[in-house]
Amino acid sequence: MKRSRIPLYTTCLVLLFFYLPIAVLVINSFNASKFGGGWGGFSLRWYRELIDQREIWHALRNTLVIAFSATALSVVLGTSAAFALHRFTGRLQRLHYTLIYTPLVVPDILMGMSLLLFFVALSAQLSLLTIFLAHVTFCISYVAMVVLARLQDFDFSIVEAAQDLGANWWTAAWRVLLPMLAPGIGAGALLAFTLSIDDFVISFFVAGPGSTTLPIRIYSMIKHGSPPLINALSVLLLVITFVLVWFSQKLTEEKIK
Amino acid sequence: MKTSRRRRYTEWLVTLPSLAWLVVLFVLPTLIVFAIAFKPANPYGGIGAGWTWSTLASLGNPNYPAIIWRTLWISTTTTVLCLLLGIPMAYFMAQLPPRRRQVFLLLVIIPFWTSFLVRIFAWKVLLHPDGLIKQALVALHLVDADASLLYNAGAVLLVMVYTYLPFAVLPIYAAAEKFEFALIEAARDLGASSWKAFRSIFLPGIRRGILTAFLMVFIPALGAYVIPDIVGGPHSEMIGNKIAQRTFVDRNLPHASALSVILTLAVLAPLTAGMLMQRKKDRHAVLHQEGL
Repeated sequence: MKRSRIPLYTTCLVLLFFYLPIAVLVINSFNASKFGGGWGGFSLRWYRELIDQREIWHALRNTLVIAFSATALSVVLGTSAAFALHRFTGRLQRLHYTLIYTPLVVPDILMGMSLLLFFVALSAQLSLLTIFLAHVTFCISYVAMVVLARLQDFDFSIVEAAQDLGANWWTAAWRVLLPMLAPGIGAGALLAFTLSIDDFVISFFVAGPGSTTLPIRIYSMIKHGSPPLINALSVLLLVITFVLVWFSQKLTEEKIK
Repeated sequence: MKTSRRRRYTEWLVTLPSLAWLVVLFVLPTLIVFAIAFKPANPYGGIGAGWTWSTLASLGNPNYPAIIWRTLWISTTTTVLCLLLGIPMAYFMAQLPPRRRQVFLLLVIIPFWTSFLVRIFAWKVLLHPDGLIKQALVALHLVDADASLLYNAGAVLLVMVYTYLPFAVLPIYAAAEKFEFALIEAARDLGASSWKAFRSIFLPGIRRGILTAFLMVFIPALGAYVIPDIVGGPHSEMIGNKIAQRTFVDRNLPHASALSVILTLAVLAPLTAGMLMQRKKDRHAVLHQEGL
């Protein structure tokens, strides 16, 4: 029986398409030449210059403050939402599910715009706080979906066993369900953290003076700044991404075993 | 009786935090956008008093239909290309032995997690007049030395496919992974050509994944703003660019709201259609299971 080779070729081409731009970026970050056209020799010059960019470090600090706090709150809200969606059915949960699901598909720009108008209508000062509120809003949905997917494969007879042995629902949830779901909650938290670190559009709409985040800084560098510095910064971000993906893979593997 | 009340209380206890948060910070802001679209602008970049139709009426200006049309065709083409590349890829990956499947999956996931701006910037570098692709194409005499690869609708389309492709591959793959490939073998044994087996067994088998992929690509593509802003030019602006311009450059918030309303309506149409299709399928499946 002859098999078509089209799927194989498509996959290889797509992977080349995925990685070629990233590879060029990494190579160029070590290129001494200021203009990416030719190879000017190996150099760490751009990484050294990056260290002197105070604005970048300030922006990174803002980004991390928001990412950690938004992740923490959205994990609590998202996990509780996933429990509700899984354990209960009915009108309330159907509404709840629609509310959790819709932010996942709404384009960022609409969410940014509506939150900006909301804060303007409240005459709230745009700051790190408004960015934090916006990030929690979109992270809840992602955390809820990841945890919900884990709950669906979860064997609830274990919780029932705990209840038969005299634990009440809360004890069973706290001592049995939660620890067993920890990898799922961890994966949701990592996703929320990555999305928060990476978010540009929504942050851009609700950022005020002095609350520049790293993606906002990178955006203005892409628009007006020097390409070699962005190359070097991008490579650092890539390394962080690889570490995060590696962690999240570890969390998934544990589940398979 | 008492347990049912307790159950009700527990349900509200775990539902209320996220429900309230999303009502205040998602539903309410969306309603505010609709309201402000009917407000006049004031000269200080704020929102004027009273109500007016004139903001919405000004969208009739011949510029906007052209931009809305362009937004639709760029998003549609992006979605079609992502599905055309994503389906064969998922088909291939789902048939690999588990170990290698994990490797390929990881290779798709990494770009999915990589910074959105970094990936767009990488293409700006490649397509730049001094960039690798431009130089290669000039060397092969495929393009003119002064032709620009950047700042046009083609560049926007290319980078959109690049950015959204993982969002298409992952749901299609998730569906293909559960697909029973023995069915294809069976169809082939019964004399179907491999194309026919692919079309009438595989594609219907993974239609849920295709539907999800469609929504995951088409809807964000409609609202694309950063990609046309960085690699596009004045003739490849999309509706997202106009919203940002009205917000940040002209500081005309009612106008930006009116455009957002248009975009919201454009997003709601495929979303509702998709959800209804899914619900119909679910109901179908339930009836089927119950032997009806």
